Amino acid sequence: MRGYLPISLHMNILHRIDTVGMQREAKERMIVKTIFSMGVLLLIFLNAGDAHAGPTAGVVLKKGFVQCGVNTGLAGFSQPDSNGEWRGIDVDLCRAVGAALLGDGKKTRYTPLTAQQRFTALQSGEIDILSRNTTWTITRDTSLGLNFVGINFYDGQGFMVTKKRNVKAAKQLDGASVCVQPGTTTELNLADYFRANNMKFKPVVIEKLEEVLNAYFAGRCDVYTTDVSGLVAARVSRAANPTDHVILPDVISKEPFGPVVRHGDDQWFDIVKWSLFAMIEAEELGLTSKNIDQQAKSANPVLQRFVGAKGEFGKMLGLDNRWAYHIIKQVGNYGESFDRNLSTLGVDRGINKLWNRGGLMYAPPLR
Amino acid sequence: MSLEVHGAATPTRSKKIILYLSLRRVRSLVYQALLAALVALAAWYFASNAWENLSARRIASGFGFLSREAGFEIAETTFLSYDAADSYLKALVVGLFNTVRIAALAIFFSTLIGVAIGLARLAPNWLLAKLAAGYIEVIRNIPLVVQLFFWYAVIAENLPAPAEALNPLPGVFLSNRGFAFPTLAVTPIEIDYPVLSGFNFSGGGLLSPEFAALFVGLALYTASFIAEIVRAGILAVDRGQFEAAHSLGLNQRQVMRFIILPQALRVIVPPLTSQYLNCLKNSSLAVAIGYPDLVSIANTTINQTGQAIEGIAIIMFVYLTISLAISALMNWYNRRSALWGANP
Repeated sequence: MRGYLPISLHMNILHRIDTVGMQREAKERMIVKTIFSMGVLLLIFLNAGDAHAGPTAGVVLKKGFVQCGVNTGLAGFSQPDSNGEWRGIDVDLCRAVGAALLGDGKKTRYTPLTAQQRFTALQSGEIDILSRNTTWTITRDTSLGLNFVGINFYDGQGFMVTKKRNVKAAKQLDGASVCVQPGTTTELNLADYFRANNMKFKPVVIEKLEEVLNAYFAGRCDVYTTDVSGLVAARVSRAANPTDHVILPDVISKEPFGPVVRHGDDQWFDIVKWSLFAMIEAEELGLTSKNIDQQAKSANPVLQRFVGAKGEFGKMLGLDNRWAYHIIKQVGNYGESFDRNLSTLGVDRGINKLWNRGGLMYAPPLR
Repeated sequence: MSLEVHGAATPTRSKKIILYLSLRRVRSLVYQALLAALVALAAWYFASNAWENLSARRIASGFGFLSREAGFEIAETTFLSYDAADSYLKALVVGLFNTVRIAALAIFFSTLIGVAIGLARLAPNWLLAKLAAGYIEVIRNIPLVVQLFFWYAVIAENLPAPAEALNPLPGVFLSNRGFAFPTLAVTPIEIDYPVLSGFNFSGGGLLSPEFAALFVGLALYTASFIAEIVRAGILAVDRGQFEAAHSLGLNQRQVMRFIILPQALRVIVPPLTSQYLNCLKNSSLAVAIGYPDLVSIANTTINQTGQAIEGIAIIMFVYLTISLAISALMNWYNRRSALWGANP
């Protein structure tokens, strides 16, 4: 028998060889997301001890850049411009952290993530900050092993329909087909809203923003629902004729967006949190990227502390004492970031005004 | 499998061990045991690491989430009724049924189309053979996901809105909301026609554009591979068999039916099994065009609960189970068809 395989085994092997070639192509088709998720899982597996190995800030300093998870392309929040540079208020937050920790807002890299990929990417350590128009909810803040740092945009969920439908209010949407992205609070609010109002709808659930917008603008759905800022951005940047689409006045949810970090690294949590607050505080103090050099010379002790000429805020955070100066000089204050990214799209500042101007934006005192 | 012994046999203890190890069978057992131990060690290492990290970051784990309310709607269900108040488990079962529905239909129709195209490619008619060859080469060489987007665009973007739906037969409507058709209601027995009310059709049955695009794409794609397998199987039958059958006075159909196909099946069935498995797995591309299959719903579940490991484990377990079931069925059929033929 030596050296010879049974004939049936030979046949078996031949068949296998035969099928390997045929399977190869189909195997390559394995869905991207599953591979991604599994890759990320593998990272979780392999990343043993990373949670204890030291604070994120140390890792960022060592590698020399901040790795940020951002939206795959949402105008005003995070989208690459014609030069491939990422732009948006979520991107500005990352740049602020880069400026605060590394002294250079350009030392940032971006990982575009879909709604479904975002939390796994952060949990696994693939990114340092998730800054991707992500709604702060109790489930996400507790059970995902994540911490929301603060709020950089107050939003709410709305509906967009074509004008010729002649719909005036969300209550008239019974029976509609609704385009929505999966894995979002939007998807859950939508179901809640229709249930609460005893109405029915047909969801069309597509993961990629690009594809879900295609489906809506092609007429596959009657309604597109997401946060109002997203509706405005989509209407301006994607509609063939923006005036053909109306955003209904109903806002059915609270959607506070904020940057997110992993549980268990308080120093990093503080750095990201105060980078955001510094931008808001600077607007309140009237400090802008243009005037901060001049204002830094003022004798006002509040400004002196802010730019790091006095006090030890930087040291308390484990940063250079001029961290806040770097942020404002390189990125600008919150209002500048908002105007540059969102006002130009036609998004109203609304409740995102400073607290002393009728809005909700409020930073705890830097003192 | 050899009992051959290397080296001289001397009766000391250490030499005995060496002698024993030199037995090929023993050696292979030792290697296998080592490999198994290595695999088990790696699995244990990964599992304990993951566990440690999950608890260090206080990420929820376990399957308790399955009984919680899902809270999201699912566009279409197979045999089941579902709404947002149902549990994650129910949602996943809905996804599983949707996967089985699309895979079963695609497998069935791809087999019919594949056999027809495979035979056509061997047909003496030049035009027919070339058309079949063209079909196979075009479809087989374009990534499936691209084809799915193509079919989805054709259906969702080219068909009119529901108000201007095409109405080729009474009660049948084609629009970018899908294919609405009358169904038979049981109590009382009557025909339930779809009617346009408000935004969409209600009543009757509806095939969604997502389902249609996925079905057409999967069936045509898998068929192109099956066609080649069928062709290979038929060509594998010795020419003499054709000639002998003809000389017995059998006509073309009878030759195929009684002589060639039974022998070809023995070559066809094993690779066909792989194609069926591929078809099942490829159905997970549904995610791209929004058909709510198991992967799509499991992904949403993962995202809402944050329990990626459990979610992926469920996906893997379900696909493995269905795949093994298909394999077992096909192996049974293979044994049956193998007995038909002459002894190899």
